[in-house]
Amino acid sequence: MLALVRYTFALRPVWAVLLALLVGSGLILLAGVSPFAAYGELFKGAFLDYWGLAGTLVKTSPILLAGLAVILPLRAGLLNIGAEGQIYMGALFSAMAALLLPEMHPAIHIPVCILAGALGGGLWGLIPGYLKAYHGMNEVILTLLLNFIAINIVSYVAGGPMMQAGAPYPYSEEISQDLWLPWILPSTDAHAGVIFGVLLALIMFLVLRYSTVGFALDTIGKNATAARYAGIPVKRYVVGVMFAAGALGGLAGTFEVLGLKYRLYHHFSPGYGFDGIVVAFLATVNPLLAPLAAFFLAGLKAGALVMQRAVGLESTVIEAIKGLVIIFVAASLGLRYDAQKWAARLMRRRKRLDDELGDTFQARTRGEGR
Amino acid sequence: MIEFLSNPQAITDFLSTSLRLSIPIIFAAVGGVISERSGVFNISLEGCIIGGAFGAALGAYLLGTPVAGLLLGVFVAMMAGLLLAGLAVGLSINQLVAGIAINILMLGLTSYLARLILGADATSTLPGFHPIAIPGLSAIPILGPVFFNQDVLTYLMYLLVPLSWWVIYKTPWGLSLRAVGDYPVAADSAGISVPRVRLFAVLISCAMAGLGGCYLVLSQVFVFTEHMSAGKGFIALAALILGRWNPIGALLACLFFGFSDALQLRLQFNSPDVPYQLFSMVPFVASFLALVFLSGKVRPPAAIGIRYERGGK
Repeated sequence: MLALVRYTFALRPVWAVLLALLVGSGLILLAGVSPFAAYGELFKGAFLDYWGLAGTLVKTSPILLAGLAVILPLRAGLLNIGAEGQIYMGALFSAMAALLLPEMHPAIHIPVCILAGALGGGLWGLIPGYLKAYHGMNEVILTLLLNFIAINIVSYVAGGPMMQAGAPYPYSEEISQDLWLPWILPSTDAHAGVIFGVLLALIMFLVLRYSTVGFALDTIGKNATAARYAGIPVKRYVVGVMFAAGALGGLAGTFEVLGLKYRLYHHFSPGYGFDGIVVAFLATVNPLLAPLAAFFLAGLKAGALVMQRAVGLESTVIEAIKGLVIIFVAASLGLRYDAQKWAARLMRRRKRLDDELGDTFQARTRGEGR
Repeated sequence: MIEFLSNPQAITDFLSTSLRLSIPIIFAAVGGVISERSGVFNISLEGCIIGGAFGAALGAYLLGTPVAGLLLGVFVAMMAGLLLAGLAVGLSINQLVAGIAINILMLGLTSYLARLILGADATSTLPGFHPIAIPGLSAIPILGPVFFNQDVLTYLMYLLVPLSWWVIYKTPWGLSLRAVGDYPVAADSAGISVPRVRLFAVLISCAMAGLGGCYLVLSQVFVFTEHMSAGKGFIALAALILGRWNPIGALLACLFFGFSDALQLRLQFNSPDVPYQLFSMVPFVASFLALVFLSGKVRPPAAIGIRYERGGK
């Protein structure tokens, strides 16, 4: 029985998501649409249809990588709200590597583009990391402001120096077809970015679980002062972890360019960086669960448009439901599992049942447990 | 430039624009000061602004009077505040997470409900507040029309900023507020209810940010557009750090941001051949650089962001 309670507790993000969808159905009812029809179309469109599944996988790639970019620093107690900006900088650097570098063999050029994207995002994470570590500034506000700056920089570049001549709105030239990422589902947009994402999630899980780096990060996250006394170079770790997080965000943008858009567009990310925050909490800050959480969230996003076409419900309702999901999940994580309390509660219940059934086994404690 | 400086009307217009651009951030930043002084990060200022703007549009649209809009806007923002207090103070969830969740919820909810309720009428002009010149004061050359030919909400802001300062530093409740934010254990043992002070602080804070949203709709553009808060809540957060968690300091920081925003608009208008993105990032770059170079050694309220749980059962 206690085990059952424990599993119910361990699964509380799942209950929270279901509860959020239930509350969300109230919002759907407001529009006079049946929630069953809406959710049915949503999930059918996102997961049960070949093209829909491909669309979901396309969105899973950036959302997963952004989620990892939030999870990694969160282990050290740092909240990276700047994944959105890191995505933009990653896309910018990789597009520049793809378009401006001299011609070379694709086997060299593709890794160069990917590394350039990681570097661009990484530098954008390094700035707040450095200011946090060495000047004690709040990383939340810094990463937030850097988002807006990065979005504007990309708008400027895509609409100015790198803009394709005669383009109707800001985008760059198309990158060479040799540099396109391979597809994973034939004749769809689903590209290999999501594979990279899952691999990185796996690597991150192993590193955090089994290496001293993971131990150091967890120690810093739990008690930075204790970590310092234990000889962990806290400042260097803070800078390093923000660089790595930025690089992950940068990869999210890189794969958008190399795998899907093949150009640098302005405003190409519809808030994937912020979805990364939702992923981090849905996955309870565990990189192994991040792919699942990202897949679910991507499905919500991809299915929203199908739903809008099928039942005429505004797709913005999904944005509101996403907010509900993160609120309920966060609230559920606030409830802590207290083994002793539950053991005591179950024991009381058993005694009461024993009393009612006239079992004399618990006679000594009769009446005490009420 | 010289031509601009020798034209009093142009200077008046420019300063007036600066003031109008800073007012929503002032409301939000001063609100943020109150919440953060009690030890609660209020990163949901952005969500409160958009909630206030939506409520204002809805009230003005349904009842046809800006006063109804004002009341509904503040109410919506306070509901967001209640949610934040419930999550961050009641359930002791990480305050930043709760704030981000509320931002996402408010942005989505207002976009959805706006399409649902306002629908095709979303672009029609709503009733709003119009400038009222204060006799005498508004006749002062150059500065008179800037400060004293404004609408009701601006005059409300003139009252609320000194009032917040007075409440925080000169009243018993303000003392409790600061005590709770700096050393909740001591406040608790002195008989102050930490959760209750934090609840009220968050509610007031969100109500003020909501006023900022009301100002956007009822005094500035007279329509509601999705995501119209456009990062103002985050600039307000930067402003309150720059203003050292003091309402007057926050006011000055916001005026600086409003000024830089007006400047970029003017430059954008005057030099159409320079890409506009270079100008539109000016307020954010200014906030960032100001934080990095001007704030020096910041000392936030000592217990900010830390959940308070009574020890010893």
